[in-house]
Amino acid sequence: MVSLAHLDVLPPPRSRGGSVGAKAKLALVDALLGEEEARPCAGVALRWLVRHTGVERVVCAVADSESGRLLGLTGIGVSAASVDSFSLDLGDRTHPLVVALSGGEPVVFHDSSQPLLRALETPLGNLSFHAVPLGSSKEEIGPGMLLLTGLEDGPVSEDILWAVELLGVRLASLWYRRAQAEERRHKRERSWLFSTINAVTDPILLTDADGRILVANAGAEMLLTAGDDKREGWRRAVALNNMLFSASLFTNAESGPTRRELLLVDPSEGRDLLFEVLSTPVAIRLGEVGVASVLRNVTDLRRATEEIEENYRRLRVAEAATRDERDRLDLILNSVLDPILVTDPEGNIVRMNPPAERMFTFVGGKRNVETERRVRTNDAVFTSFVSSLYAGQARRWRRKLNLIDPQSGDNVPFEAISGKVVSKHGEETAVVTILHDLTEAEEKARLYEQVKRHSDELREKVREATAELADQNELLRRQAFQLEQASAAKSQFLANVSHELRTPLNAIMGYTHLLLEGVSGELKPPQQDKLGRVDANARHLLAVINDLLDISRIESGKMPVQIERVRLPELIDEVMTEVEPVIAGTRLAVSRSLSPKLPEIDTDRQKVKQIVLNLLSNALKFTPQGSVAIRLKHDKSSDEISISVTDTGIGVAEENQKTIFEAFEQANSSYARRHGGTGLGLSICRRLAQLLEGRITLTSQLGEGSTFTLFLPRKARTA
Amino acid sequence: MSGDAPAAAPLVLVVDDVDHGREIFAEYLEFRGFRVATAADGLEALDKAFELLPDIILMDLSLPGIDGWEATRRLKQDERTREIPIIALTAHALAAAHDKAREVGCNAVVTKPCLPKDLEQEVRRQLEAKAT
Repeated sequence: MVSLAHLDVLPPPRSRGGSVGAKAKLALVDALLGEEEARPCAGVALRWLVRHTGVERVVCAVADSESGRLLGLTGIGVSAASVDSFSLDLGDRTHPLVVALSGGEPVVFHDSSQPLLRALETPLGNLSFHAVPLGSSKEEIGPGMLLLTGLEDGPVSEDILWAVELLGVRLASLWYRRAQAEERRHKRERSWLFSTINAVTDPILLTDADGRILVANAGAEMLLTAGDDKREGWRRAVALNNMLFSASLFTNAESGPTRRELLLVDPSEGRDLLFEVLSTPVAIRLGEVGVASVLRNVTDLRRATEEIEENYRRLRVAEAATRDERDRLDLILNSVLDPILVTDPEGNIVRMNPPAERMFTFVGGKRNVETERRVRTNDAVFTSFVSSLYAGQARRWRRKLNLIDPQSGDNVPFEAISGKVVSKHGEETAVVTILHDLTEAEEKARLYEQVKRHSDELREKVREATAELADQNELLRRQAFQLEQASAAKSQFLANVSHELRTPLNAIMGYTHLLLEGVSGELKPPQQDKLGRVDANARHLLAVINDLLDISRIESGKMPVQIERVRLPELIDEVMTEVEPVIAGTRLAVSRSLSPKLPEIDTDRQKVKQIVLNLLSNALKFTPQGSVAIRLKHDKSSDEISISVTDTGIGVAEENQKTIFEAFEQANSSYARRHGGTGLGLSICRRLAQLLEGRITLTSQLGEGSTFTLFLPRKARTA
Repeated sequence: MSGDAPAAAPLVLVVDDVDHGREIFAEYLEFRGFRVATAADGLEALDKAFELLPDIILMDLSLPGIDGWEATRRLKQDERTREIPIIALTAHALAAAHDKAREVGCNAVVTKPCLPKDLEQEVRRQLEAKAT
């Protein structure tokens, strides 16, 4: 800051008398009037001053009301750049030049205070100069001033003052005209600007630092101003809007453009309106900053945004659901062991599960010439299949496809089942194909065929064998029938023989009996003796006949068996009674021993008696001397009853012991005949024992005696 | 037939197609004090039975024409002869023949050969049974 106190400012110089001629002055007036622009006009005046008044260097500066500064216009003897850069704030009222300008009188800035001159930063540097204001001093700030050097200290000459005044008037005139033109232009432009901002439906406002509205377009006025003609509600709404808007202005930072949201009320309808406020700080006056605000109604936008966001959210939910669905589908597809392929209408494969990938890609396997060839082959086979499906009318398709496992090279027969996927509009969108591996099925079929063939062969063999068996059965049946017939014939024959033998035997025995009984008179002893022999032989013959009949009946299964509860001691008593006469005729010691707890048995009483009687009779017959013993025992472990007859008789040689039970076998035939045996007794006994589920055994030594033992079950089951 | 036996003696009708069969039993029974009538076939046996109404009949089973079983059946169905004991006399030894005889009404079965003495015992037993 420059202080006048330190400047060596001279007293106001007195003007000296002019020396310039009228002609030169007229030429200046003429030249000045000829210039319509400020800078050339000033140039004319400055050149005139240098030529006519002894001025060495001169600078013309003019006051610019818009910027409030004194600006260099033109100069002589100084650089153009320094002129252009000269600028002085007119608001700095203490500045020596501003003071000089407002004084309206010439002032000398002497070079004795050079540092201060330099501080003034004029284009003249540290040269002493005269500052002469342009125009009258009545104006607060004149149109400008001239800075002149080369003049003597003391009053400025009249010629200089005249020229300066003339220049001032001319410049003022040019200034005024330009100002007027500018004013008109400004008015026009302002009107355009207003039309323009009014045409913008968004409210636009300019407010000063205190929040007062400087400019408002129609949209802003509608919200923020209300005349007295408006309703009470309208006015309240406007008051509220002003409050809200002002508050929003102050809550925001003032540096740089800001963007914020503001909720206001529509005064005409009372509904809420949401605005986006774009505020930009603007310089409105010297040193004063206001705010230009543009309010964009985003109420609908917000609603639309919310709708869009909602739609977007739904879309994402739907997308997630679709993705889940697809994942699930993938999971299902991937879990199927059969290959599944989805093809688009162009026949391109769009989806595959892993088993399908194995057949149609190299995923998880080797890739070489071989596998590539196989995959190509599979692809060709499959594509041909699917294209035939697209060509056809059928919705479903089934065919056998022979593919090759790319990795192993094995031929794999598949049954391909395809279905078209048709959209709601009847458009064919895809074909889904499931390939079912027939390897196992074909192997099974082959095995089945094999098994079937073997089975057929076997069946044929069985049939043949069965036929053969049937033949043999038939043969056997015939033979059995023949045997049965033969057996029946034999039985019948025996029965007939028996009958036919008995009739004459009846006569022989009957007549013998009549004679012996003396029916035909008394007999002499020799006659009686001989008739006795006839009778004995007849009886023997009868015994033979009866034994033969028994054997025949047993063999033909016609021997009836009657099971009953039998007390053996009683049965033995009966047998003993019957053989008592025989025993009496011998000198044998006959004994019997019964174990004390002999149980009762279930058997055929008559047959047991017949056997025991036979065995005992034999023992008595074949024992010339000694003893015969009968023993009865119960073997608890086998639950068998044994009845043994032991004698001290002739015995049976070992070689005869097996055949002795055969019919008509007797160890000693002559001896037997002598004793009246038929030779059939033991044979019958053995067969009867078998009928009763028992058996007969023999232990014997020739000359020492024999033991025949009958074993019987305690309970015979035979019916 | 012999008229020696007293009128009070039981009358036995002996039926047998075999001459010696009839003769042996007839002779022995007369010897033992019975009155005896004989018949050689079934028809004659029926005639004699209805005519004489004997006290007991010895019936051979194998007879020409009406056999012993049929004759017995008829006699046992007739009021007049139903109560007369009939002893079957047969050379058939098999049980079937005996069972069939009992079925048609024979009171006893005796198998030939049979000692006349044994037959007499059976006759007396049957007569005693009838009397009680």
